[in-house]
Amino acid sequence: MKDQYQLVIIGAGPAGLAAATVAADHGVEVALLDEQPAPGGQVFRAIEAAPVERAEKLGPEYRRGEKLVTTFRNSSARYFPDTQVWSLSAQREIGVIHQQQARMISAEQVLIANGAFERPVPFPGWTLPGVMNAGAGQILFKGSGIVPSDGVVLAGSGPLLLLLAWQYLRAGVKVKAVLDTISRVNYIKALPKLPSALLVHHHITQGLRYQQTLKLAGVELHNGIRDLQAHGKESLESISYRHKGSRHRLRTDSLMIHFGITPNIHLSQAAGCEHFWHKRQQCWRPELDKWGGSSIEGILIAGDGGGIGGARTAEHAGRISAFKVLHNLGILNQRECKLEAAQDRKWMKADLRIRPFLEKLFRIPDSMLRVPHDNAIVCRCEEVTAGEIRSAIAAGHTDSNQVKFYTRCGMGPCQGRQCSQAVAHIVADKTSVPLQQSTQFRVRPPLKPLTLEQLASLYPDETE
Amino acid sequence: MKSDVIIIGGGLMGSSTALQLAMRGIDCTVVEKQSPGRHASGVNAGGLRQLNRNPAEIPLTVEAAKMWRNIESLVDSDCDARFPGQLRVAENSNDLDLLEQRASMVHSLGYAHEEMIGREELYRLVPALAPHCLGALTCREDGYARPFHALTAFRNKARSLGVEYRINTIVDAVERESGLWRVTTRKGEFQAPVLVNCAGAWAGHIAASLGEPAPLKPGAPMIMVTERLPHFIDPVIGAASRKLSFKQMQNGTLLIGGAHMASLDFRKETSDIKWPKLAMSARSVMALFPQLKDVRIVRTWAGIEAFTPDNLPVICKSSTAEDAYHAFGFSAHGFQLSPLIGRIIAELIVDGKSGFPIEPFNITRFRPLQEGYQ
Repeated sequence: MKDQYQLVIIGAGPAGLAAATVAADHGVEVALLDEQPAPGGQVFRAIEAAPVERAEKLGPEYRRGEKLVTTFRNSSARYFPDTQVWSLSAQREIGVIHQQQARMISAEQVLIANGAFERPVPFPGWTLPGVMNAGAGQILFKGSGIVPSDGVVLAGSGPLLLLLAWQYLRAGVKVKAVLDTISRVNYIKALPKLPSALLVHHHITQGLRYQQTLKLAGVELHNGIRDLQAHGKESLESISYRHKGSRHRLRTDSLMIHFGITPNIHLSQAAGCEHFWHKRQQCWRPELDKWGGSSIEGILIAGDGGGIGGARTAEHAGRISAFKVLHNLGILNQRECKLEAAQDRKWMKADLRIRPFLEKLFRIPDSMLRVPHDNAIVCRCEEVTAGEIRSAIAAGHTDSNQVKFYTRCGMGPCQGRQCSQAVAHIVADKTSVPLQQSTQFRVRPPLKPLTLEQLASLYPDETE
Repeated sequence: MKSDVIIIGGGLMGSSTALQLAMRGIDCTVVEKQSPGRHASGVNAGGLRQLNRNPAEIPLTVEAAKMWRNIESLVDSDCDARFPGQLRVAENSNDLDLLEQRASMVHSLGYAHEEMIGREELYRLVPALAPHCLGALTCREDGYARPFHALTAFRNKARSLGVEYRINTIVDAVERESGLWRVTTRKGEFQAPVLVNCAGAWAGHIAASLGEPAPLKPGAPMIMVTERLPHFIDPVIGAASRKLSFKQMQNGTLLIGGAHMASLDFRKETSDIKWPKLAMSARSVMALFPQLKDVRIVRTWAGIEAFTPDNLPVICKSSTAEDAYHAFGFSAHGFQLSPLIGRIIAELIVDGKSGFPIEPFNITRFRPLQEGYQ
């Protein structure tokens, strides 16, 4: 790894791969930093290694990633797998751990393409062993072919839930139930957006058709469930929920949960980029121009990290940002830049047509995001409950950072990734200050734990 | 809004002053531009240190230490205070000479809280220390507390005695008119016959508007904290020739400070960690505790502080304006003094004088400096 590159891209999902390929093809010196051992990101994870048979079970969309990875591999972009980024400054200095060694590199242009993560929605019992994010379940399946035991229950909202249930069925796992928080209201609100959504032939619209397959296989399917809780002493033994006015209980030792995904904004926050609360997607997003440019010069963001658009949109956004980088580096003039990006813009616009429908349909009930049960743990690292957060607010600690100071909520190794949204919802609810005006946890680097020895090895010439 | 006293700044100094005044039955309003503890008061390293202070501060720090021992009787909370001692280790004979000189200087002033200890006693107190150290200067009564909790306790106690806090209230102007201070903010006007300036890094502006500018320099000392470890050390560790403050907190995390400064954007109130400087702190830790090399750092931060040219605070009555008082410029070592500072300012307001020797902290000491600049 060199100390400096023209372009550093963080994340090797569809956005990062597409951008790296475009930039490298124009002669730019590109380094693509990736936490994973192989390119593909979450959506095309282990795509080079997955046997054809498993890839088929995962569906045709997964195959699309093969082309992206192959063209990237054939480009001159340098790929650094197993590489963690622990800091990013507005001056585009990037703290990296590569092969256990900490180092600082710098870049003329930085493209953040580190995607999204599953929205953490705390509820009583969600930290019990046996409760797992559906995304993590899919990672185990894609990466190692691991599936849960028979009798697994899937609960939450979002397209991944049905897709994963369908993928499990195809892999021969007996799925006990799929419990969806989508209510009839969501369907009614989403309906007007359906016609334009149907214009997109997308694996997500396919998801709705998965329902039929699941029903035929004898899976219990319930919509509009509320108040999900997980029970068990040492690990998960059963779950309960409300449906149509009464409480139901199911015995299971495996619960997969999913409440949609939310942009991974830690790096853009660390760099100091501006963010705003996006009401429809129920998340914070960086302020971006139409090229993916952030509020800080030389830092661009493409893919789900800039707002949820899905894999295809990420790929187009990655290329669009790459053209802008080429312009910023003086390789393309403004006219060429516009022209090159035109095709991707068109496709991206078409692909995004499905979003308003999905956002309405899979919207998480606000009542769940506020974590109504006082005994639910919100901060897993420091074991802080919703009740303790509400008491802190009542005692006069009226914004997220004061709650953090007072309760230590968000001070653990995950850096508040798991609890920041829940805390913000609770604060907004208790103080009646809308989320749009609320403060977020201030990011405190290193974004990934760094050992004392790794830090000590940096800048050896610096003396007191 | 009217009260007896307006205090600008809701941090520890402002809250301690408000508490002491309220205990004397005086009606106070605290005006805070953000939320109390947003900067130095909430995010400092929490050291309760008498060790190695400027001689001028010794009478104050010794009295403040007594107050911390008994802090629960003052604020109804122990502020998570612990008193396992603080020490400055000597790593070579030069260090040892320096520390011994310091010890005898303190003794010659008539104080016994700082004490030299030899190698054997040092390793009895800190078995985990690397074997090369020769001795240490220690104050066995020293310790640490949790700053945000302490501030919350001071604020809650002050409020329970009737102190009014106005948060997110930025002061635009301070004027004196017919015997009353008028403080104009974006959330209304406040009036009182007495004004106290506890505005931390922003106190220089307030002092300037009273006609006595103070050459404050804002800075943001960096701190880092590690993952939790099993308990392995009690005292707070510093070193004679290193910028280091090292302690294991109540929850097992290590708090590492060293007065290295982050790069600060004072206007935006943001700071960027300077990794080269923090790397030096990490090397200091590794030199004294090499067994910690694989411990993971989970957070770093820097709160905004105000430093004076001589690193001594300003604690006095205004020299230019009537019925105005200052307590600021604690230069990153005010936490321990805070309970006493409230008392001193309350004494100045109520009795017209303090029982403590505060002459060295008068704002007038900067006058020659300013004239020099002009």
